[in-house]
Amino acid sequence: MFSIINIIATILIAGGAFFMVTGVVGLLRFPDFYTRLHATGKCDTLGEVLVIVGCMVYQGWSFITIKLFFLMFFIFLANPVGTHAIMKAAYLTGLKPWKKGEERR
Amino acid sequence: MEEGRGEEVKHETMTRSKEHNVGLMLAVFAVLYIFWLLMSACINPLNGHFSPIHIIAGIICAGVVTLLSHDLLITKEGEMTLAKTFRLIAYVPWELWQIFLANFDVAYRVLHPKMPIDPRIIEFDTSLRSDFALTTLANSITLTPGTITIDIDPGKGRFLVHAIAKKPADALLVDKTMINKVAHVYMEEA
Repeated sequence: MFSIINIIATILIAGGAFFMVTGVVGLLRFPDFYTRLHATGKCDTLGEVLVIVGCMVYQGWSFITIKLFFLMFFIFLANPVGTHAIMKAAYLTGLKPWKKGEERR
Repeated sequence: MEEGRGEEVKHETMTRSKEHNVGLMLAVFAVLYIFWLLMSACINPLNGHFSPIHIIAGIICAGVVTLLSHDLLITKEGEMTLAKTFRLIAYVPWELWQIFLANFDVAYRVLHPKMPIDPRIIEFDTSLRSDFALTTLANSITLTPGTITIDIDPGKGRFLVHAIAKKPADALLVDKTMINKVAHVYMEEA
């Protein structure tokens, strides 16, 4: 019983780590500010959720599970707002988006 | 039109007695305080844990926050709030599934050796007007990997969105499932 829970939690957290690493790779590979924001701001959503759900499975039923759930909830509210704010700031500053075929910046 | 409505509401609250405001503050205080108790776990029947300092600190903190921002948590009531809440809860699993699928799409684009991205800025009009509907759609677009909301024109329901490739852009421009679902949640015409 314990080992099954451990295996499920490990798979979930490893999956989350995979998406986090993907976000970092995207940050390094993508050509400009906007596309990099896509990689970092987005892969986080699934990465964080998988890590937190993994922790919830590992923890079992307790106050900490509820706290983790609220953590997930607030990340879901705050993440898009933050990403949007950075994006809008860059757009209003007049940063030109990269188009296909251009050189990377 | 918007200003007229604002004045009407203001007038209403002014003519109404102060009791309504106190009731609202008590409701906000109760929500905050229950949340505090839940988070601090200062009364735990399972192991008999009980810490008065957290309980008293909670009353002070929830009280200060209530005094400063009681008009932010619960705003003026709209129509059919309960039905909209249920529809919103029904919308969340679909949105989570979309996030799941789209995340694999972006991970594929990141890790593919040729990096198949084709960024573009798209613009589209919706018939959504209420603040909640616009916010929900904007957050849904940003949460779904591949698209980020840059700006909204609330008067026209116009969205300015940065998409990383043609496929996520077409999901908004051609498919429109997400827009229709949000319109259904807030009972506005798509």
